[in-house]
Amino acid sequence: MTNQEVIDDLIQHYPEAISDVDEPYGLLTFTTTGGQIIPLLRYLYDHPAFQFQFLTDLCGIHYPHHPGKELGVIYHVHSLVHNVRVRIKVFFPIGDPHVPTATVLYESANWMERETYDFYGVCFDGHPNLVRILNVDEMDYFPLRKEYPLEDATRRDKNDIMFGR
Amino acid sequence: MSDVIAPFKEPVVTSPQAYVNELTTLNLGPTHPATHGVFQNILQMDGERIVSAVTTIGYIHRAYEKLVEHRPFYQITPLTDRMNYCSSPINNMGWWMTVEKLLGVTVPKRAQYMRVIMMELARISDHLICNSILGVDSGAFSGFLYLFQERENIYEIYEEVCGARLTTNMGRIGGMERDFSETAVRKIRKFLKDFPPVLREFENLFNRNRIFMDRVVDVGPITAERALNYGFTGPNLRAAGVDYDVRVMNPYSSYEDFEFDIPVGTNGDTYDRFIVRNEEMWQSLRIIQQAMDKLPDGPYHADAPEYYLPPKPEVYRNMEALIYHFKIVMGEIDAPAGEVYHAVEGGNGELGFYLISDGGRAPYRLHFRRPCFIYYQAYAEMCVGTQLSDAIVILSSLNVIAGELDA
Repeated sequence: MTNQEVIDDLIQHYPEAISDVDEPYGLLTFTTTGGQIIPLLRYLYDHPAFQFQFLTDLCGIHYPHHPGKELGVIYHVHSLVHNVRVRIKVFFPIGDPHVPTATVLYESANWMERETYDFYGVCFDGHPNLVRILNVDEMDYFPLRKEYPLEDATRRDKNDIMFGR
Repeated sequence: MSDVIAPFKEPVVTSPQAYVNELTTLNLGPTHPATHGVFQNILQMDGERIVSAVTTIGYIHRAYEKLVEHRPFYQITPLTDRMNYCSSPINNMGWWMTVEKLLGVTVPKRAQYMRVIMMELARISDHLICNSILGVDSGAFSGFLYLFQERENIYEIYEEVCGARLTTNMGRIGGMERDFSETAVRKIRKFLKDFPPVLREFENLFNRNRIFMDRVVDVGPITAERALNYGFTGPNLRAAGVDYDVRVMNPYSSYEDFEFDIPVGTNGDTYDRFIVRNEEMWQSLRIIQQAMDKLPDGPYHADAPEYYLPPKPEVYRNMEALIYHFKIVMGEIDAPAGEVYHAVEGGNGELGFYLISDGGRAPYRLHFRRPCFIYYQAYAEMCVGTQLSDAIVILSSLNVIAGELDA
């Protein structure tokens, strides 16, 4: 089974849902929409030949300079039977960061989606327990978004008598 | 009896029936000595039996994914050390291979073999800790004391190869920072000779030990379907009977040159995880033996002057070397734009690095696929219905490393 077979099959079944097909370093990558992501993942999961049943990774991304598509979620699914990986991206505006949850298919998506919510503020609709996971519950911002730069290591206004910087 | 001062005017327990349906809340962690790391489990207990478990993590979260966006590529390895600190060379090498894939650098055969040797030593030290601590948690202390001498020997090899013991920061973009010294080779050979009898004795102590088997057989089982759905990888998945190993499925660093078996279990219980890890140590020994025997001659790093620090005498004499030295140390080397996913078989499973570079000096985005983080979510399901002492044993057989869990 090759990347070409997978993408041909997908384009045949979901012609309007797939864009930006690419193959960086041999890994099939394409972009889809928030409405189509779960049907697409389910199709790949249930496909008798492909069997993309292993969710390797799920993470968020922020592109502040892409208006209307600032935030994104990136899924890596793996067909353990054929050893083929597929990377699927979904982008949506930062003002309305909603995407349906993948926990209906993969139990492992639970914490990965919580992590993505924690760092990027992506709301996974239908998630059983969408609360912060690694950061403190009281945090009121999403730290991995690009508008939060790391502190300048040379600033002088925080000197501490006991511990220095 | 009459002169005994009763502390309570009335008996505390009026009737045993009054407390039948009352549950106890027990905070297991974050500083409980049996959890081996900072994670909290809020258990609802009915006597000794666990009714429900809520896991809380994030106690040593250090925001690595934010930190890496401001660091040049070679400064990210010290962070990877601190994820799974029981097998830091695997993390280091995984990161270097990700960068090399992005840059298109080909690593010479000798460096690849050297990396394999270090990674397999790291796997042995990781499994040693997991299995011997499992013994401690089930009440058998001697195996732990016995094996830790061997872990010390592995750390001495690390020390000889890279200068550090726990947080190794080993290797460079394109290969290793120096060749194996004679002492290092001698120490590895000595380890290959001395370790098998110790491991065999450890197995004699545990594998068919009646008390140990009573504690671990059929404790915390997970089926292959559930394990896959929960994203298990590594020894925990193989204990459930799925022979997925990144080293075989997507070979990296010349793993295809070596002959080794993938041990699999049947029930996915604590005993299977223990046995699979033990067997993997034997296979790692096989790989190290083959790599040492076949270790080719040649350079120990790639010819990539833009990314690999020149030798110090060259920096003083040679203009190009000085420029490259300056640019590398100041982090002024731009990486090409692109996105890479590279996975290695870490101590606990598939350790993935998803790197997006926008052509700058630091990653635009780097996501660590930490195997612990993904499979630890199954813990609540696995320990419900068991007893408290079983929950401890399940936790230690999963080998959850807090540093990797929280990143």
